[in-house]
Amino acid sequence: MAWKYSDKVKDHYLHPRNVGELNSANAVGEVGSMVCGDALKLFLKVDPDTEKIEDVSFQTYGCGSAIASSSALTEIIRGMTLEQALHVSNKDLADYLDGLPEEKMHCSVMGKEALEAAVASYRGEEYVHDDEDEGKIICHCFGVTDKQIEKVVIENNLDTVEQVTNYTKAGGACGSCLHQIEEIITSVRSKHFPETAPQLDTRGSTSPELKKKVSLYKKIKIIEDILDKEVRPALGMDSGGLDLVDVEDDTIYVRLIGKCHGCVNSEVTVEFIREQIEQILGEKINVVNVE
Amino acid sequence: MTEKIYYFDNNATTKIDPYVLEEMLPYLTDFYGNSSSMHDFGGGLGDVVEKARKQVADLLGAEDPSEIIFTSCGTESDNAAINSAILSQPGKKHLVTSKVEHPAIINYFEMLEKRGYEVTWLDVDDQGLLSVDDVTGAIREDTALVSLMWANNETGVIFPVEEIASELKNRGVVFHTDAVQAAGKIPIDLKNNDITMLSISGHKLHAPKGIGALYVRRKTMFKPFVVGGHQERGRRAGTTPVAQIVAFGTACELAVKNMEKENTEVKKLRDLLEKLIAENVKSVEFLGHRDKRLPNTANISFGYVEGEAILLLLSENNIAASSGSACSSGSLEPSHVLRAMGKPFETCHASIRFSLSIYNTEEEVRHVCSVLPGIISELRKISPFTPAELR
Repeated sequence: MAWKYSDKVKDHYLHPRNVGELNSANAVGEVGSMVCGDALKLFLKVDPDTEKIEDVSFQTYGCGSAIASSSALTEIIRGMTLEQALHVSNKDLADYLDGLPEEKMHCSVMGKEALEAAVASYRGEEYVHDDEDEGKIICHCFGVTDKQIEKVVIENNLDTVEQVTNYTKAGGACGSCLHQIEEIITSVRSKHFPETAPQLDTRGSTSPELKKKVSLYKKIKIIEDILDKEVRPALGMDSGGLDLVDVEDDTIYVRLIGKCHGCVNSEVTVEFIREQIEQILGEKINVVNVE
Repeated sequence: MTEKIYYFDNNATTKIDPYVLEEMLPYLTDFYGNSSSMHDFGGGLGDVVEKARKQVADLLGAEDPSEIIFTSCGTESDNAAINSAILSQPGKKHLVTSKVEHPAIINYFEMLEKRGYEVTWLDVDDQGLLSVDDVTGAIREDTALVSLMWANNETGVIFPVEEIASELKNRGVVFHTDAVQAAGKIPIDLKNNDITMLSISGHKLHAPKGIGALYVRRKTMFKPFVVGGHQERGRRAGTTPVAQIVAFGTACELAVKNMEKENTEVKKLRDLLEKLIAENVKSVEFLGHRDKRLPNTANISFGYVEGEAILLLLSENNIAASSGSACSSGSLEPSHVLRAMGKPFETCHASIRFSLSIYNTEEEVRHVCSVLPGIISELRKISPFTPAELR
């Protein structure tokens, strides 16, 4: 695929600035790996009295935009104090390059992370983003933690899983963490951008009383109704179906039948059922497939 | 376009041969009729379509031109073959293919998996080769279809499809092969083998994009994929694209003539390219079996650097190639073909494919090999992983 790179990005990957090791460096930040497809090693020479970045260089393994982002980063932070440099966001980096393709935003995030790692090393702290304090790994393919995802969502005002993949690579390989990413986005957005948080869809059959506590009997009636109208027709298209086995508090037990029984995609199917019911019922529920 | 392009991406697509263009043009200008019409102006075009069908059949060594169905592309041919094999054997729910197929096969099979089909995904070895025993060992009573590519688009590695077809002959299994990369580059002789269905594409052999064909052996039950009018004897609906078909037929006729050249001159140039790269760049790995591969394809991995960066710098020098790196694929995962060969991620990220055609010259090969070492050494200077002796 040919990327639309700005002239400035092109200029920086064709003529990268400040390349190589810096012998006088007293701070080094290293992020990424060859396995992941990109890596950046940032060298800083910091004046111990003023904490000013007197000299800076980089080494990058990666695509054109990774090289350009690294080169741009060194140009931006030269002469800044560490404090000032830490305020440079991945967006500043992308803006400096007249923008990066959405799918390449993770290159600017890598620049920002290398800078944080270098500053941490200068201050004698260890920079490991899979440390307990730094959150837990969500994407195991690229080693991305929930904290990193939260951070890019807040700093860049992201609201889709695709954007998070573009900015961090999380979810870009096997895709098994996509659902977790979505949950993080929802929870971060409801905290930080409450005015844009998605409202629960209360279409059709939701009666006002549903929003209050309903009896178990009524709840089962409603669930059966949703299954009949929304779920069974959809499963039927793939020659499948389901039985409602039991309802217990907020957990709904179903049994997939027909083609859905034992289908490799049953997890997706269960997730679909959960979404359908949650949407109309207006409350959080679990759906369990009893084989 | 005034600047000279050094085009080494012929497995992606090829240039239209000037003679092919000349032959097709009248059917885009003067003779624009519908070949299904009753009037002579349109209906008369049926003859040129049949001539082209014969030309395609001849390239494939097919017994009869009626075994050729024109489609819109290689992907459609692949999809149509799978679709027909499963619709005509509704009780059979098992399919066999390999892990290195084109997405036209892989993604269709994955979709069928979700609909209850079981797929055996065969491994290849570190040279990209497939074992015939693995194929026959995977066959079950309920196997509907075995689909294996003739030659791989990324590495050029050739599968022993004729041997496999003969092993499967009396086992009640449909055998389809995607020969999109093989056609025109290596001889295909369908009347003397047991392949049931075979896909080819026009734009890989100097015809325009938008035309392909599916070969279906006589007496094979066939269910159409594109349904509508009665074109292609009811096997593929849609208004007949006469100009593209004429171009495709002409290109196939040229391919027969150029086959010898492909296997001598093009191969010589590809070998020269590999030799010059081996001599001038350290720490390179040549991927895919050395002999059992297409004469035009070279897939080379350059240690400590990343493929997209190489492509961008090549592109600055007007050189067109392609890469198995994740960054250049649009997904974040590198080449599934190289991964299936057990190559580590870093090898895949750094792989570059050069694919030649009869239009490449020795001067072009030498130009690429004079530019490439400098690009690799520049990128190795930037890379944090390059060992000191390579800097």
